[in-house]
Amino acid sequence: MTAKGRNFLGLLGLAVAVAFLIFAPLSFHRYGIYILSQWAVMTIAAIGLNLTLGYAGQVSLAQGAFVGIGAYSAAILTTHGWPLIAAIVLALALCFAIGWLLGYPALRVQHHYLAFVTLAFSTLAFLVFRNELWLTGGTEGIDSVPRPSIFGLSTTSHLRYYYFCLFVLALVALAVLGLVRSPWGRAFVALRENPIRAMSLGVDTRRYVLMAFAIGSALGGLSGALYAPLVGLVEPPAFALTLSFNLLMMVIVGGSGYFVGPFVGAMTAVLLPEWLRFLESYYLILYALLVMALLIYSPTGLVGIIDRFLVHRRTKAASAARAALGASIEAKAP
Amino acid sequence: MTAVLEVANLRKRFGGVAAVDGVSFEVREGEILGIIGPNGSGKSTLFNCILGQLPPSEGEVRLDGRVTTRMRPCDLNRLGVSRTFQLLQIFPKLSVRDNLILAAQEHQGTMLSRLFGRRDAGLTEAADQMVAFFKLDHLADELAGGLSYGQQKLLDAAMAFMSGPRLVLLDEPAGGVNLTMLANLKDRLKAFNKERGATFVVIEHNMEFVMSLCSRVLVLAEGKVLAEGLPAELRANPAVIEAYLGR
Amino acid sequence: MANFIALVIAGLATGALYALVAIGFTLLWQTSQTINFAQGEFVMLPAFFMLAAMNFHLPFWAAILIGLALSMTILGCAFKKLLVDPMLKHGVLPLAIATMALSTFLKESVKTFYSAEASPFPSLAPDADLHILGVAVSWQNLAVLVVALAAMVALQALLNRTRLGRQMQAAAQNPTAARILGVPVERMILLTFLINGALVALASLLISPIYLAKFTNGETLGLAAFVAAIVGGYNQIRGAIVGGLLLGVVDNLSAAYVSTQYRGAIPMALLIAIILFKPNGLLGRAEERTV
Repeated sequence: MTAKGRNFLGLLGLAVAVAFLIFAPLSFHRYGIYILSQWAVMTIAAIGLNLTLGYAGQVSLAQGAFVGIGAYSAAILTTHGWPLIAAIVLALALCFAIGWLLGYPALRVQHHYLAFVTLAFSTLAFLVFRNELWLTGGTEGIDSVPRPSIFGLSTTSHLRYYYFCLFVLALVALAVLGLVRSPWGRAFVALRENPIRAMSLGVDTRRYVLMAFAIGSALGGLSGALYAPLVGLVEPPAFALTLSFNLLMMVIVGGSGYFVGPFVGAMTAVLLPEWLRFLESYYLILYALLVMALLIYSPTGLVGIIDRFLVHRRTKAASAARAALGASIEAKAP
Repeated sequence: MTAVLEVANLRKRFGGVAAVDGVSFEVREGEILGIIGPNGSGKSTLFNCILGQLPPSEGEVRLDGRVTTRMRPCDLNRLGVSRTFQLLQIFPKLSVRDNLILAAQEHQGTMLSRLFGRRDAGLTEAADQMVAFFKLDHLADELAGGLSYGQQKLLDAAMAFMSGPRLVLLDEPAGGVNLTMLANLKDRLKAFNKERGATFVVIEHNMEFVMSLCSRVLVLAEGKVLAEGLPAELRANPAVIEAYLGR
Repeated sequence: MANFIALVIAGLATGALYALVAIGFTLLWQTSQTINFAQGEFVMLPAFFMLAAMNFHLPFWAAILIGLALSMTILGCAFKKLLVDPMLKHGVLPLAIATMALSTFLKESVKTFYSAEASPFPSLAPDADLHILGVAVSWQNLAVLVVALAAMVALQALLNRTRLGRQMQAAAQNPTAARILGVPVERMILLTFLINGALVALASLLISPIYLAKFTNGETLGLAAFVAAIVGGYNQIRGAIVGGLLLGVVDNLSAAYVSTQYRGAIPMALLIAIILFKPNGLLGRAEERTV
């Protein structure tokens, strides 16, 4: 397939997906819309983690904690009468700063060690959520987080809030697309593939590592700030280590380092369990089995399968062309 | 001729072993200095100490008279020093053009301007000139991982030139490259040296390559400078022959 | 003072359990770069094998043997052949994620097919305290300590004193060189997975009488094993033992003297400090970073 053909297919897929996300929920039940909103919110967090892990190659098991920090920020501020937009800005800034700090260990240690540092951070954040009653309401959490009014328009209906989340997701997607296609994206990939060589070419790896953590974490915070009004209740177990694991799974299952990976990954993690719900208590078992089977078949995730297929077609076409060329040269030879 | 790079009494110990043991030399503007020596004589460690990849245990490195010991590799690169590694180091998942753009983009503007500025940081033209210069132009859009070994080796060298460096340190550029590619590479290095006045330090085992490329050669053995001189002088130096051929 | 000593002894017992689990964790990492996020669930499961066997009216000792055998077959052999082998060539991360999915799979399976409730589990030791010099030590803890330490000593002897053990170490440290020297590397790796299967079965047998057998048992235990393995020194078994014992004591003392609420924070703070300031662990040797 030619690059042009690929682009065309990509655009077509994008158009269909966007049309579906805008129009399909009009015919959905309340619960369906709620689940789709959750997908949008989780996708934002997964996009952030994909930036940190997929592009820049820094393993993080703390993304769930940042979603928690964002959610608590939004819940605390909006229940004290702040507008959600202000809370979102604050959550972004807070998580950016904490993410930046969490990046420092990554300058010293890598891979599994980094995974464990971030895991420990996650656990510590959970303990703070659970124990600081004065701030977070302890195990009870914070309930009746209000839905915001956006430009005077109330978002109490699930559908309106969904469109708000979708809008934010679209903004995030565009911003991140711009980022990964800028020189930063190139530097992130270089950092992931070969930090020593990148450094010898003038890439200030230290700054890029910190930025990868800070931006990825900020998106986690944004996701959390949208999550709080969506669910209405913010309590510690939602942001335990499991959420970090799940987000990591979304990124890998979708396809880490691919731009569309997190969208697909969040879909499997949020929607698939809902579709499997008719299986009742078997659904998580089946889901876990599917994830393992997928990773055995394609460690680069679902998008990796498609990519492999396309590349395979391309190389086959190329070798066919070479063969044809070779044959025509031979035919001309006397 | 002034010295671009001065290395003074540089020492690097690993545990009790001194891999580089008090090496001093200088590199003059516009020359191609070859460094030869048997395996384990400390050539690559020397490079790594000069370039900030390893902290030296003792000694000093000066670039244009300014002390750069312990400076980070990325800062040194931005001062105009670039390098290649002994083992091939390209980014296989980026296209050839992106590899080259990456190699120079950090020299353009600031972090912020690179985030909001042009996608190619205005380097596409320079990258395309570079692929043409290295005769890889038909491959500019291919993923670097798909190139042959020799082509990757050329790309590796091309990346070191992208930022317009004043001083380039090449660690075994000829290793594993076939004769045609080798001639091409030598040709390109000489052209760079002549046309743009770039200074080179080249570690190499291929004697033919060193003797025909370099204007001056330094011989290392067991972490020390054994001899220094014109290629023809060293060919006749008994100490050099002994270090290479053994007793 | 007596109270303090009692706490330390109880801590050592917990720590010995952590150490058992951490040793297995370290072994899998050394021989096949597997970060097993399901290690905690691996400890949770064998108790249910044993309970299931007892449901068929088998005596306790027979149930233990069956549990051990099933654990070695499923958590050792099948785990390696079905999950680790096909994924190893793709790097550390996808495999680590797969073990996260495996942990969910094991937990949910036990919950669905056995019970969501905690089940009582027979104990090897009487449920009473032993009084020595005014210090009350429970027989339970004493049994845990003795059995776990015996297992560790036996394992150390196997690894350091026998030809088989040296072959295993060679296979772990440099598989290519070991292969050239005629060490059956594949078989050695399988052996470490079997040893891990046996270790988790033993840990399960020791811990289940204390906490009852429940599908969520692995969650804290798995985490503790990570911390123990890293604090001690990720690359060696002695490190896992020291790390486990230390963590158990620290855990028990901080629960008593610091605050129960932030009890979980201390191991984590310890973990972060160790990784940042002594990344090779307490017993690890410092290595020069290579370029």
